[in-house]
Amino acid sequence: MKNLSISGAEAVIRSLLAEDVKTIFGYPGGAIMPIYDALYDFKDDVNHILVRHEQGAIHAAQGFARASGKTGVVFATSGPGATNLITGLADALIDSTPVVCITGQVASHLLGTDAFQETDVIGISMPVTKWNIQVTKAEEIPAAIARAFYLASTGRPGPVLIDITKDAQFGKMDFLYEKCTTVRSYVPKPKVDQSQLEKAVELINQAQKPYLLIGQGILLSEAENELLQFVEKSGIPVASTLLGLGAFPANHPNYVGYLGMHGNYAPNVLTNECDVLIAIGMRFDDRVTGDVSRYAKQAKVIHVDIDKAELNKIVKADVAVNADAKQALTYMTKLVQEKTHDAWIQKFRTLEQEEINEVILDAINPQSTELKMSEVVNLISETTNGNAIIVTDVGQHQMITSRYYKYQSPKSNITSGGLGTMGFALPAAIGAKLGAPEKEVIAIIGDGGFQMTIQELGTILQCGAAVKIVILNNNFLGMVRQWQELFFDKRYSFTDIKNPNFLKIAEGYGIEGQKVTAREELQSGLNKLLSSRESYLMEVIVEQEENVFPMVQTGASVSEIILSERHGANL
Amino acid sequence: MEQTYNISVFTENSIGILNRITIIFTRRHLNIESITASECEITGVYRYTIVVNTSLEQVMKVVNQIEKQVDVLKAFYHADSEVVYQELALYKLPTDLTKGEEIEKILRQHHARILSLSQEFTTIEKTGRAEEINALFAELKPFGVLEFAKSGRVAISKPMKTLEDYLKELN
Repeated sequence: MKNLSISGAEAVIRSLLAEDVKTIFGYPGGAIMPIYDALYDFKDDVNHILVRHEQGAIHAAQGFARASGKTGVVFATSGPGATNLITGLADALIDSTPVVCITGQVASHLLGTDAFQETDVIGISMPVTKWNIQVTKAEEIPAAIARAFYLASTGRPGPVLIDITKDAQFGKMDFLYEKCTTVRSYVPKPKVDQSQLEKAVELINQAQKPYLLIGQGILLSEAENELLQFVEKSGIPVASTLLGLGAFPANHPNYVGYLGMHGNYAPNVLTNECDVLIAIGMRFDDRVTGDVSRYAKQAKVIHVDIDKAELNKIVKADVAVNADAKQALTYMTKLVQEKTHDAWIQKFRTLEQEEINEVILDAINPQSTELKMSEVVNLISETTNGNAIIVTDVGQHQMITSRYYKYQSPKSNITSGGLGTMGFALPAAIGAKLGAPEKEVIAIIGDGGFQMTIQELGTILQCGAAVKIVILNNNFLGMVRQWQELFFDKRYSFTDIKNPNFLKIAEGYGIEGQKVTAREELQSGLNKLLSSRESYLMEVIVEQEENVFPMVQTGASVSEIILSERHGANL
Repeated sequence: MEQTYNISVFTENSIGILNRITIIFTRRHLNIESITASECEITGVYRYTIVVNTSLEQVMKVVNQIEKQVDVLKAFYHADSEVVYQELALYKLPTDLTKGEEIEKILRQHHARILSLSQEFTTIEKTGRAEEINALFAELKPFGVLEFAKSGRVAISKPMKTLEDYLKELN
């Protein structure tokens, strides 16, 4: 494909088309104007979503990527446009989300001179990108974009940034696009060391109480079927990290629950009882491990990850396998003995029953007059059969959703895990809806986080994305309030939040909505939300001081998880 | 237990890669004792020698995170016993103070040499390990050292496997 003498700006658009990009999230500004001018001629080929703030653009691109499996694309201008991307870049890096950001930059002769809207974007974004590059010549644009897409989407995915000076956008060039398929210094898929996998399977075959932990690596390598086959042959119980939810069906008999600080009781407790712990595509985040020095010390640990730097980083592995999850699982399934572990899984069920009796029954069918977040989420889960794409923000509602939504399908759980970015959900849900238009996309958001990116309601107004929004409003910054209650003598320092009239705000943006304050209105409100063909907002007033339990306190071991407030009298 | 580690990093010649490498140390609150960089035996491939005092566990993790950077070809860490290493130092002294026999004796003892000589100043060169270079500095100091510059450590590893062999394994 060769085009004589087009501008660098047009080359940007043509390169994106060559990468099959159909959706761009962005915001124009001085230094990226040539690219936006070129985009004007391609309006029929590319759907550009005008956001209301660049942070919204990158979170939308993240949501798009997580829902579709494709790479999200962002345009932003220099200076403040680019610095507004930083939170999203950090979020995408820690949660392994493929995003390509293209930022405009001042003309190359002005670099380093404190020109208007100049900032050192390469320097600022370096710690939060997988790779970044500044392009100062038009002819370098296609190769930079090709490399960016290759690096963002392969190996352990992540965000990349291309900073293009204004003179490079104006410059003329002969356009020739070649996809990037290799970079000498970069190994996207490590060669699988079969002997390591054989060692791993030997441990598994001898194990009496093997236990499998899965993370987002399963989803990223699209290894859901391979995982299912491995589990069904080996009979091993499976638990998931926050970002792994959806990789294994929640209703499967081998699924034992959700790991971590506010995860399920059994999967946390029995981590310290298994004899072989198999971790695939997860990275032993501190919210999963609790006190690492008392984490699964009795077990032989097998750790499979595509990122070598994750192996032995937090938990020392007896068998560390640097491999893609899909390849590893395929080989392991061949070698693993066919078994069942009924007695061992029964142990999980027994503890699960304790959690059901002590926590879950009341959480989903409360006796209180006030609504609980958990019953709202449970009802959403039942009404959608666990098949909607659920986008959550950060805080109590996020943990509650992870606990009570029964994710049945891959790429249905979109949340800010590693970075814990409040304000993530609304823009990410817009991106998710554009990435998976055939799916119901429900953003479940707290009253605090909603106001961090509330301006993106304007994006919905303009692009018409039929995002369903559920605000769980407790008029508190609830998670921090919970910690203040438990660990800071109930000193509620700046966590009570005075909220606006959310429905009026939605109305201002042309979004219909409803406020639910009583239990009997909940199902009908939800039905209305789900049957709406356009974006719809349901605000649910929930109990002000509901706490999320169970809980692994900071510094505690996973087996010291506190089941409920009743057990937490010693907090 | 903390000890000195020599980290060797081989990179492509790209803008900003040094920054990407040093960020990994900054994040972990690790101080870099010395750093040198130049092209190595393969054209276009740059070699960094980074000296840090830290634990084995920490250096292993740092090296993995360095190697993870896209433009890094390979990274290694070695204890002092596993490398041959050297530093270079230059000392600038006023020429009129360096004429005596005493200076000659010092230079002979330290296997240092005079690199340049002008009416105003004399440049002395010494290669060796840090303690040898510092010992010479201590002896020259009374003569009035105008400037003193050290290169930082360069090191080559004792194992015989070449970078080229490692690169073949990559792809």
